[in-house]
Amino acid sequence: MFDFSYRFQWAQAMRHLPRMLEGALVTLEIAILSLVVGIAIAVLLAVARDSKYIWLRAPATAWVEVARNTPALFQIYMAHFGLGSFGIYLSPYTALLAGIAFNNAGYLAETFRGALRAIPETQTRAGRSLGMGQAQTFRLIVMPQMFRVAFLPTTNQMVWAILMTSLGVTVGMATDLTGIVQNLNARTFRTFELFAIAAVLYYLIAKTVMLGAQLIAWRLFRY
Amino acid sequence: MFDTAMTWNDLMFMLRGAGVTLWITAIAVAGGTMLGVVFGVIRSSLSPWVTWPLAFVLDILRSVPLLIQLVLVNSFQAIAGWGWSPFTTSCVVLALYTAALVTEVVRGAVLAVPETTRRAARSLGMTWAQDQTQIVFPMALRVGLPSWINVTLGVMKDSALVLWLGIIELLRASQILVTRLQEPMFILMVAGAIYFVISFPIARLGERLEKRWREND
Repeated sequence: MFDFSYRFQWAQAMRHLPRMLEGALVTLEIAILSLVVGIAIAVLLAVARDSKYIWLRAPATAWVEVARNTPALFQIYMAHFGLGSFGIYLSPYTALLAGIAFNNAGYLAETFRGALRAIPETQTRAGRSLGMGQAQTFRLIVMPQMFRVAFLPTTNQMVWAILMTSLGVTVGMATDLTGIVQNLNARTFRTFELFAIAAVLYYLIAKTVMLGAQLIAWRLFRY
Repeated sequence: MFDTAMTWNDLMFMLRGAGVTLWITAIAVAGGTMLGVVFGVIRSSLSPWVTWPLAFVLDILRSVPLLIQLVLVNSFQAIAGWGWSPFTTSCVVLALYTAALVTEVVRGAVLAVPETTRRAARSLGMTWAQDQTQIVFPMALRVGLPSWINVTLGVMKDSALVLWLGIIELLRASQILVTRLQEPMFILMVAGAIYFVISFPIARLGERLEKRWREND
């Protein structure tokens, strides 16, 4: 079953570890940026989806359903190749960021909408009767509670975002972890060794992010 | 944008790609669900002290990008001389990935069955197997099925990644057409519409099931 005539060249692959770590930083950077942009849009989408105006509700619903019912890779292709039809040419980095942010926003909007429903209506009414404006009530009373309820699903989305950044290589992204590994692979043909190291790095990044999120949650929500 | 050089033959080409997508999904979900149910029952009935190696492996499958897993297994089968086709490799990787996701669904669903209900079953003289099949299974099914539908749709969407191994599924088929016809927006929109038509009704069905079954709890 395992009669290898192949000799693993781990040392050769490990020599490239510093470059791969640089790539890991880019991966993390894209994931964080896409999550921040995604959260900002998701809050707007979550509010718009329960709006009483159809011209707000319809586009928000369309965004959420398209983001949730098509592959992330398709969304990145759309940003990279599709927008070319309108003369908009995004670099692989921007296209990847836009695709993942679009996807994050769609999924998080549903999470936030669920979280908003979990916050009692009386909270808003209490805020309004204290003389706060509608926007002020939402920003100071409802939103902090919403983020607390949605914290764990948001962490999961962050891990998904990290995994999704690996798709950038299909649109020519060369500076993130997968891009760098694919580049090295094309030059050295040590496919298994290089991608095994990349897998370990992705695992460590995902675990570190989860751990960090738990620490933040413990710090923020301990009462 | 709407006068296109795309012909019916090209559309058929894309639909054949969609067929490949569905076929890979079906195999992966079938295999992954069987494995996942077994793993899920093991994980929920044995102590974590015994099952940690299984938990660790499944955690890796969920925390490493699918693209990396595909490339790794593909190069490993070449090194080991198994001579798998890209199609086999894709099905194996996706099935293992599905198994990791289904295990969590099954575990959550089994743990959602109240301990007291199971003790009642055992004190009425039911065997462990009877308890599993006649008490736990029907109750866990109601909790787990909506999540399982989500996992299935997720795998259908993630199966787009097998294009990296050179399999011509829906997205790869549309990419080929884009290269030939130079109408990226139109062709990708058709591809997106096909994905949407497959995914959306099933997602809605899952939501409805979830709502309807919750009423009786």
